[in-house]
Amino acid sequence: MTQDPITLYRSMLVIRECEAQLNELFAKNLFPGYIHSYLGQEACAVGICSGLNDTDYIVSNHRGRGHYLAKGMALKPMMAEMLGKATGICGGRGGEMHAADPALGILGGNGIVGAGMPIGAGAALAAQMDGLGAVAVVFFGEGASNNGAFGETLNVAAAWNLPLIMVCENNLYAEMTPFAQTVGQPDVAARATGYGVASEIVDGNDVLAVRAAAGRAVERARAGEGPTLLELKTYRWGGHFEGDPRKYRTREEEAEWKARCPVARYRRHLVALGVEADRLGSLEAAVAAEVAEAVTFALDSPLPPPESALLKVFA
Amino acid sequence: MPTKTYCWAIIDAMREEMARDDKVFLMGEDVAAAGGAFGASRGLLDAFGPIRVRDTPISEEIIVGMGVGAAMAGRRPIVEIMFIDFLGLCLDQIANQAAKSHYIYDGMFKMPLVIRTSSAVEMGIGPHHSQAWEALVGHIPGLKVVMPSTPRDAKGLLKSAIRDDNPVIFIEHIAMHRIKEEIEDDEDFLIPIGKADVKRAGSDVSVVASGLMVARALAAAERLAGDGISVEVIDPRTISPLDFDTISASVSKTSRCLVVSSSHKNFGFGSEVAAEIGERCFFDLDQPVRRLSPPFTPAPFGRQFDQFLNPDTDAIVAAVRDLMA
Ligand SMILES: Cc1ncc(C[n+]2csc(CCOP(=O)(O)OP(=O)(O)O)c2C)c(N)n1
Ligand SMILES: [Mg+2]
Repeated sequence: MTQDPITLYRSMLVIRECEAQLNELFAKNLFPGYIHSYLGQEACAVGICSGLNDTDYIVSNHRGRGHYLAKGMALKPMMAEMLGKATGICGGRGGEMHAADPALGILGGNGIVGAGMPIGAGAALAAQMDGLGAVAVVFFGEGASNNGAFGETLNVAAAWNLPLIMVCENNLYAEMTPFAQTVGQPDVAARATGYGVASEIVDGNDVLAVRAAAGRAVERARAGEGPTLLELKTYRWGGHFEGDPRKYRTREEEAEWKARCPVARYRRHLVALGVEADRLGSLEAAVAAEVAEAVTFALDSPLPPPESALLKVFA
Repeated sequence: MPTKTYCWAIIDAMREEMARDDKVFLMGEDVAAAGGAFGASRGLLDAFGPIRVRDTPISEEIIVGMGVGAAMAGRRPIVEIMFIDFLGLCLDQIANQAAKSHYIYDGMFKMPLVIRTSSAVEMGIGPHHSQAWEALVGHIPGLKVVMPSTPRDAKGLLKSAIRDDNPVIFIEHIAMHRIKEEIEDDEDFLIPIGKADVKRAGSDVSVVASGLMVARALAAAERLAGDGISVEVIDPRTISPLDFDTISASVSKTSRCLVVSSSHKNFGFGSEVAAEIGERCFFDLDQPVRRLSPPFTPAPFGRQFDQFLNPDTDAIVAAVRDLMA
């Protein structure tokens, strides 16, 4: 999928706005449950998904809104899903950690850390059997790389040469625990070699770098050259969830990373390319309005009736 | 009608369904080149090739998890977990992913996944190869749990499981692999999931028996018939959803019920049946519902323990006589 620079920027903006407006809802007590904010990681989802087709698969995790939006999920049903509304893409049954759209190859989020990896490998296997050149991408945090499924998935993907791209968004923390405390080797990508999997470490706040690395991984996968592990070094601006007091890190560290804002950075790039600030300004206003409209839609939508809990246990 | 063993019935079911639908494929440990750790996939690699019949690494979580992902992407996987005792390693993929994806995603994904696994109860292999865990998986909504006790049931139920759009745990009993039965030679021979089978009609006592216990209940019924006691033997065949209609109709008729299984009483299969029968048939009952189960202990290595721990025909006869007293 070729994407022009403005579309790329717009994609990041939509995520940025969604996260900002959801946080406002949370602050006003209008959000039911946890918000796992994607603020600060926008370049990861957008850089990866900008190189995918609708026929490619993604498997997301608990911090999934960026992934859903970057893969093209419609804004209103996505937002309504986050609020558990009947108009949500899953009828409100999935909520903040689960959304899917089979038509776009979005195979869901997850409430179980690490569980998406085998599922992504299964989608990659199906794609390989189909023989149409589709690939599967799994998004996961660095914390999930300490789960057994990580090694099992890398191993089978290498053994079977699966068209799988394992995307680790290393945002330095798993809940309240710094990643460095939980590993002897702080680079997740370093583990790929032992499994015979290609890997790259990428600046996850540079959308063009992510896009380029994803392009290389996708090309290899489509060519039947097997899996890749991409480690995107990034940072989540918020807490693990909204309301997390973030005692495990300093405000200085947060300020340093905010200064490396992926959205502002790409905006500067566009300005340097000669895109007029006016054009960007009106795009930003339009995106904010569109997201606000989706939030209103979600707020105004009804909840699914309690009896609907009994439906669809079986196909 | 050709006579088949339980093991070949399973192979035939997979072979027929793989020939019928090219979306069906099989993966698991030693299922391809070796033809299955217990021989239950012999010949399938030759028939369908290495893309559709695959040996996996010893990675239970991805065996099931890849089945989930492949099903979401349009395939109809059959995955094998060698022993049911190994389900702990893949329970998340079974309980949270396979069982819930259709539900969570509002029906957008079907989950036509069959998880074949073997129960080795009473084979003396030791505490990690001996458990009856049907009740464990029976507790999870969104899963179907099937446990056939004859070759014909095994074939018809496995074919139904493969055609089902829901995840099915299919429990095979290794101790039954060699038993034989005539089976219809019909590629569309199916036995419906969720339907119990009255294996022997009777009027005095209903014996609900599952898995290995079915044959013993039938032997006990034969012996008791000599004493003028008429036993109805019901094999649920499907553990979940359990066919309480057939069971309660029988109990309402006989007024007495014994449940025999390899599953512990504690939160087990017999308890589930007894509780439901208590609710549905209380005023029809002449006696409390009785359960025969192994005691609440693991099974050590060695056949002598199996015989000591598990209900046998004598125990069933004695329990029925007790109910008739
Ligand atoms: C199996 C499992 N263990 C623990 C949790 C609780 N939990 C939710 S998110 C999370 C941290 C995950 O960290 P990481 O993978 O780095 O992703 P991030 O949240 O940083 O995006 C934990 C421990 C869970 N949901 N599932
Ligand atoms: Mg993290």
